[in-house]
Amino acid sequence: MNEIAIRVEGLGKRYRIGSQERYRTLRETLSQKLSRIHFRRGVKSAYRQSESIWAVKDLSFEIGHGDVVGIIGRNGAGKSTLLKILSRITEPSEGHAEIHGRVGALLEVGVGFHPELTGRENIFLNGTILGMRKAEIAAKFDEIVAFSEIEKFLDTPVKHYSSGMYVRLAFAIAAHLEPEILIVDEVLAVGDLAFQKKCLGKISDVSREGRTVLFVSHNMAAVENLCRLGIVLDHGKQAFVGCIQDAACHYYDSLPGSRHPEGHIFDLSDAPERQSDIGKLLTRIELYTEDDRPLTGELRIGERLRIRIYFNLPSRTNSFDIGLGFNNVFGQRIFTAHSLFEPHRSDKARVGPQVLVCDIPEFTLTAGTYTMRLWLDIATEEADLIEDAACVTVMQSDYYGTGKVPWNGTFVLRHRWFLEEDGECSTKKYLALTSGKSSS
Amino acid sequence: MTEGTGKHTVTVITPARRWPALRLNELWEYRDLLYLLAWRDIKVRYKQTALGAAWAILQPVLATIVFSIFFGKLAKVPSDGFPYPVFAYVALLPWQLFSFCLGESANSLVSNHNLLKKVYFPRLIIPLATVLAALVDFGVAFVVLLILLFSYGIVPTAASMAFLPVLVLFAIAAAMSVGLWLSALNVQFRDVRYTLPFLMQIWMFATPVVYSSTLVPQKWRALYGLNPMAGVVEGFRWALLGSAKGLGPQVWVSAGTVALLLAGGLVYFRRKESTFADVV
Repeated sequence: MNEIAIRVEGLGKRYRIGSQERYRTLRETLSQKLSRIHFRRGVKSAYRQSESIWAVKDLSFEIGHGDVVGIIGRNGAGKSTLLKILSRITEPSEGHAEIHGRVGALLEVGVGFHPELTGRENIFLNGTILGMRKAEIAAKFDEIVAFSEIEKFLDTPVKHYSSGMYVRLAFAIAAHLEPEILIVDEVLAVGDLAFQKKCLGKISDVSREGRTVLFVSHNMAAVENLCRLGIVLDHGKQAFVGCIQDAACHYYDSLPGSRHPEGHIFDLSDAPERQSDIGKLLTRIELYTEDDRPLTGELRIGERLRIRIYFNLPSRTNSFDIGLGFNNVFGQRIFTAHSLFEPHRSDKARVGPQVLVCDIPEFTLTAGTYTMRLWLDIATEEADLIEDAACVTVMQSDYYGTGKVPWNGTFVLRHRWFLEEDGECSTKKYLALTSGKSSS
Repeated sequence: MTEGTGKHTVTVITPARRWPALRLNELWEYRDLLYLLAWRDIKVRYKQTALGAAWAILQPVLATIVFSIFFGKLAKVPSDGFPYPVFAYVALLPWQLFSFCLGESANSLVSNHNLLKKVYFPRLIIPLATVLAALVDFGVAFVVLLILLFSYGIVPTAASMAFLPVLVLFAIAAAMSVGLWLSALNVQFRDVRYTLPFLMQIWMFATPVVYSSTLVPQKWRALYGLNPMAGVVEGFRWALLGSAKGLGPQVWVSAGTVALLLAGGLVYFRRKESTFADVV
């Protein structure tokens, strides 16, 4: 039975916004206070009427020792505010929290760094600011320098460092903080890929040592891979607490659809950029995913994409075909789906409204937003064409199931790696490995 | 608040109370940070300036020269029977400690806003760190003072010198008593920073730096003591020059003022502390 590391009950934080400016001058405050005394008849001053928003409200959850928890939500959901409250940087407006253990908060990389001081001096400065004792820093000094890979520049003022060196040094110091509870806020947004990998590796080491980790990041694959539990925040409220996969699903489902308020339905009756000689034959597109679930959010790499195309055929149509082109943000055509490629076509063409379904079992394009160009050909002549009929966004996800997110490239392909033995590729082994094609 | 129970320290986070506890013991826990912030300010100042440590000497020396010419020689301001340069320098020493401390601490919270928003530590550390940095300059200027005294043949008695640390503490307390108020106020009302240079100029003339407090008629002397630096400066004059002419009720009034302002400043600072990260 896990002991509790963090217990939160009814936590809330309110900020005043609106008519009250942040910096006021003494003169304004005094004159306001004086006028309130003067007009004692309860004239509401601007101060009283200023609006306030609850950045977080009614948060209640428990985190046990050794848990690795991902806090996810859209921008503005209250994730950073929650971390600030738990790190004691800001105080809650209501509720209370209990923390068992020493907290190390990484809310920004390189906090307190002074550009005029050398790397060596900044190690001590930053380390102390983060909460380490001077003796502790001295003991770990060599490890920190080795981790950051800046031995040669240790005695150069930090203002001469490249941004990569800066961030490596900052993270190296933070990585050697050994708190019982580690709170990390989107520090991975800074830095190149190699750095991000190093960060993630270090954070996962920390969690393997049995320390508690609270992790906020928009890198969903990292969150899903590192964390066991997830807390979803939505507009300051606690939307979900549970295992990370369910939390991630909850988060994805809550993301709004791209152009249409209903998310998965694209009404084509008013579509701009349309070329139609005969008339507006294409009426609607609907997007679905696995199990015919409406696709209201983002698609994961390799998930099923099913497109329902609603259209009308005029009378005396002999044959028709529908094409669907997927373009990336640069306007490059990545993939074309066309009904011509379907082996089991019926020859007869019905007249009137109908639905043609395009089913893509594995949509293996990499992360990004793809716009769909839709056209209807009647008797091999273009009858209706719409640019940007709909769009689908694919999110970074762990396609290969090994915790690593595919990056670069336009699409992903299933592949295996194995060592050759004795200079031969044993046929039996090869067949055995590749026979189960869709299993990993 | 944090207590140690079992194998983990437990921290309870609750909304700020109207009159939060002072928690001065926490400052001891964070002494490494206090020292390091002061060290950072000193190091950075000396790295960035061409004159570096010489600045700590130049300020009092140049001021003394100018005052000696215009107040001492030309205006013939009486200096209690001492040579004017010595008279002025002895007062400039604590005055510049006070004015530097006050000036730096008033803006300290705002200039360290990135720390306030990203790390937890008792916020009192920030203005206190400016005190440590000021003491370094004070130390350097003090050595010059000793040289000055000996060159004029004035040897302070050991007994009165023994009071010097107390007086230094008095000066620092005076600076902090105002500094805490100003630093907390400055976070919310930025005009504090702009009025400060003006305030310091006026204040210097209200303090017996260029003149002796014997200039003030006896019956007003106690009221004069409401200026905490009046007591500090006369105390320094007594300890280093043996001049007891300025002493009297004003020293006690000054001490009382400092005590009240300091206590009030600590309470006000702690009350406003919970809003710093949100407002700065």
